[in-house]
Amino acid sequence: MRLLGARVVPVVSGDRTLRAAIDEALRDWVSDPLGTYYLLGSAVGPHPYPYLVRELQSVIGREARAQMLAAAGKLPDALIACVGGGSNSIGAFHAFVPDEAVELIGVEAGGRGAGLGENAATVAYGRPGVLHGTYSLLLQNTDGQIQETHSVSAGLDYPGVGPEHALLAASGRVRYETASDAEALEGVRQLSELEGILPALESAHALVGAARWAQAHSGGTVLICLSGRGDKDMSTLQRTLLTAERA
Amino acid sequence: MSPREHVSAAIRTAAARGEPALVAYITAGFPSRERFREHLRAVADAADVIEVGVPFTDPMADGVTIQRASLAALAQGASLAWILEELAALRGIGPPLLLMSYLNPLLAFGIGRLAASAAASGVSGFIVPDLPLDESSELRAALDEGKLALVQMVTPVTGAERLAQLCAGSEGFVYAVTMTGTTGRNVAVPAEVLAYLDRVRAIAALPVCAGFGIRSREQVERLRGHVDGVVVGSALVEGEDPGEFLRALRPC
Repeated sequence: MRLLGARVVPVVSGDRTLRAAIDEALRDWVSDPLGTYYLLGSAVGPHPYPYLVRELQSVIGREARAQMLAAAGKLPDALIACVGGGSNSIGAFHAFVPDEAVELIGVEAGGRGAGLGENAATVAYGRPGVLHGTYSLLLQNTDGQIQETHSVSAGLDYPGVGPEHALLAASGRVRYETASDAEALEGVRQLSELEGILPALESAHALVGAARWAQAHSGGTVLICLSGRGDKDMSTLQRTLLTAERA
Repeated sequence: MSPREHVSAAIRTAAARGEPALVAYITAGFPSRERFREHLRAVADAADVIEVGVPFTDPMADGVTIQRASLAALAQGASLAWILEELAALRGIGPPLLLMSYLNPLLAFGIGRLAASAAASGVSGFIVPDLPLDESSELRAALDEGKLALVQMVTPVTGAERLAQLCAGSEGFVYAVTMTGTTGRNVAVPAEVLAYLDRVRAIAALPVCAGFGIRSREQVERLRGHVDGVVVGSALVEGEDPGEFLRALRPC
């Protein structure tokens, strides 16, 4: 970002994750509403942001659907994407929601386990509430205080989820499952070794879900949303996957 | 007199003496749970209305002072249930009490039992900075039963039509944010802010209180005649002796 000419201001408050960054961005915006342009990459925050992000991200699903029809001559049996705030996944799912034969699966960050603070799997472990102007599912305690989250992937490390995901989970149209840190790291290794593609740690959660699905559906066609590249994850991979390898 | 009328009347009575009413904010449970009652009593002796802040992990409308106070209070286990218990023990403390809370702790407590529990603790109303007027019907209906106030906030960039809606929809008083921004900064009170406050006051049937960044006697003097009250928050949370700080805002 700096090479592109931006001045980057790191957030040092709270738990220094995406959630703290959104807190600070919203504060900055209300401090200077006439001079600030608020832009968020995830499908969270007050209306109309989740809707705007979905519309802009929906190019993923539209193109993937057309390419799938061209390449395979049919729709996939399953579409699998990772879910943090849920932007790539809502963009991927949107075009396929009316295709009822296509199974839609969102994979959340299972982190280190099921306990509060050990994961960022909001659909799996969250309850309804309001954060950042959105009524959705949240990782929170019984007093309504938002909990810190953990995931090896920074992009999934958020205690809420886009409101449309909460709706799709409640309606049953999308099934949500989790992948642990260790499983996601293994997903990174496998795609690197087998395909020469270095995926983002976030996207590796979708790979874990895809491997599970494929094992249960031999011969099926699966479409994976590979939402990001792993170049940005080098320091994390050195601390985790590559350290474990040396040991 | 209903609880929400009690809030309006306390501000009007004070303003009738020629000085803006003092609406004092403190974060419940900061600096310690043990000292909450002592703090509240000290503030009650010097303020006309008290806002008790319910701590929240993500106080998006607050500056660094109240963020830190909120997290410190949460670390000590301050919760809405505890605050209501403490306030119940302090019933009859004097000035009307408002709870200032983000929406999620209220939802977690349960909107269904909130109004009755708050009224039983002597609370006269709520300020919920992350609840827009358009989304407030559920809480409003719950508070209506006990005639508790739901105070609305307006800002210098609020458009004319919206300003009219917010003033008409408010109860207790209209909270006029004196600047665009989070709480806690010092504001020099420029002429355009006074003009904005006059505009709010011209259309509001309720008393108008200015808040966000008020910390000096000079500011209070400058605001006199343009508002019915001033809200003092961050400066009070920072100070050692809230009673003394509030008295310093009064004329000598």
